[in-house]
Amino acid sequence: MSITTFVIISLIKSLAVIFVMMTAAAYSVWLERKVSAHIQNRWGPTKVGPFGLLQPLADGVKFIFKEDLVEANVYKPLYIAAPIIAMMFALTSIAVIPFGNWVEVGPWGTYLQVTDLNIGLLVILGSTSMGVYGVALAGWSSNSKYSLLGGLRASAQMISYEVSLGLALVGVLIMAGSLSVRDIVNAQRHLHWNIFFQPVGFVVYLISAYAETNRAPFDLPEAESELVAGYHTEYSSMKFAMFFVAEYCNMVTVACLATLMFFGGWLGPVGGPPIVQALLPVIWFCLKVFFFMFLYVWVRWTLPRFRYDQLMAFGWKILLPLALANIVVTALIVAWRG
Amino acid sequence: MFHLILFLFFGAICVAGAVNLLVQSHPINSALSLIAVMASLAVEYLLLGAEFLNAVQVIVYAGAIMVLFVITIMLLNAGKEASSGGSRVAIVLGIPGALVGTLLIGWTLLFHSNTRAVPIGALKGDPRAIAQLLFHDFLLPFEITSVLILIAIMGAVVLTSRPAAVARGPRRDG
Repeated sequence: MSITTFVIISLIKSLAVIFVMMTAAAYSVWLERKVSAHIQNRWGPTKVGPFGLLQPLADGVKFIFKEDLVEANVYKPLYIAAPIIAMMFALTSIAVIPFGNWVEVGPWGTYLQVTDLNIGLLVILGSTSMGVYGVALAGWSSNSKYSLLGGLRASAQMISYEVSLGLALVGVLIMAGSLSVRDIVNAQRHLHWNIFFQPVGFVVYLISAYAETNRAPFDLPEAESELVAGYHTEYSSMKFAMFFVAEYCNMVTVACLATLMFFGGWLGPVGGPPIVQALLPVIWFCLKVFFFMFLYVWVRWTLPRFRYDQLMAFGWKILLPLALANIVVTALIVAWRG
Repeated sequence: MFHLILFLFFGAICVAGAVNLLVQSHPINSALSLIAVMASLAVEYLLLGAEFLNAVQVIVYAGAIMVLFVITIMLLNAGKEASSGGSRVAIVLGIPGALVGTLLIGWTLLFHSNTRAVPIGALKGDPRAIAQLLFHDFLLPFEITSVLILIAIMGAVVLTSRPAAVARGPRRDG
């Protein structure tokens, strides 16, 4: 492949993936509003389009036309940079996530993935750990008490739970023997999904993922009753929308990661004509991700919020030892079986 | 060629970030410049073919350690620092000293080094090779380092907490 074709194909793939990601994030908002409404015996958005399906579009237009306030006493360079950082790293991690298998369009063939790296998983973990800066700097540069407390809580929570999030995945890595996301999925063929072999790792991962994305029951950084809106209290218009989209993008990413690591990614029954064979894996992948997104919303409207000391104690005293024990047991079993 | 341009570009960012770190008067700007230094170093590792090292550099240094720096600055609410005007010794001795040091190191590396240039990818930088080095060839030094770090952490905990609080054990809140 020449360098020009490589650049063109990569560009097309990146643009397509960013578009899909943004749309997925927008429709997760719709899903959240709809499901929460039904849980509370309401209808949710119904006016804009059928079933309120155009509501995300209307919200987007509204965000663009809102006044973009910049408070007088903010530290401007960082105040403007913070939402960009949050959004940038939320979109970066999608680059290594495979959506399906090899597809061929005419003479060209490509994996449904922007790029397959032999350190793929570490790229995702790295971009989530860099995403903390968006939140922390937003809280600090806003020069407001609520924002500062929200930013501090968020960054402390994210770096605490990142540890157990990463360690929960180590069991899977030991079993697959690779850091490439594609290899990890391929190791789960014939229904050898990691969820059956790594149940503890899965539970630790799922809980840490909720905390890592600042979602209920761990949404202390934006606890409305105490902090108004947390780190993005002083943001309006598109800057606020960027935090919002970043949050939902992160949700989609951790849902994708849960699917890939524990539920066999795009693997599933495949058959029929070539076009169906190419599309079915993508559909299996999307269905599994949808399941996790639904679970997110379900959990949010079911469980009450933790207290902050409970949150920290839970992360460091329960999840972390559990994840470490899981690694030791997995390593021993793998070594014993040779 | 493209490789070399990228390498020099990120090298320049690295040096610029390091200079900016010293020049800035606000601690948060200095911390952010340090993040830029760490991140561009990570890119340099990547360009040299050490992908794993690149990821670890981002996750551990830029992601974890620097976040703690930023949180500390936020917690202390550290403001702009007053400039002391600089010391005369630094200008008279420091700058020429640094220049001479740089020239000496560069000269030694360029003309009197026993190491030969290696093509990119010739040295193994994948996780397997690094794990082999850390957990097999250099297991004892690696483990001793980790114990030393653990001792340092425990020392920090003992030094920062008051003796009475240590004796009483962790506080129990109803």
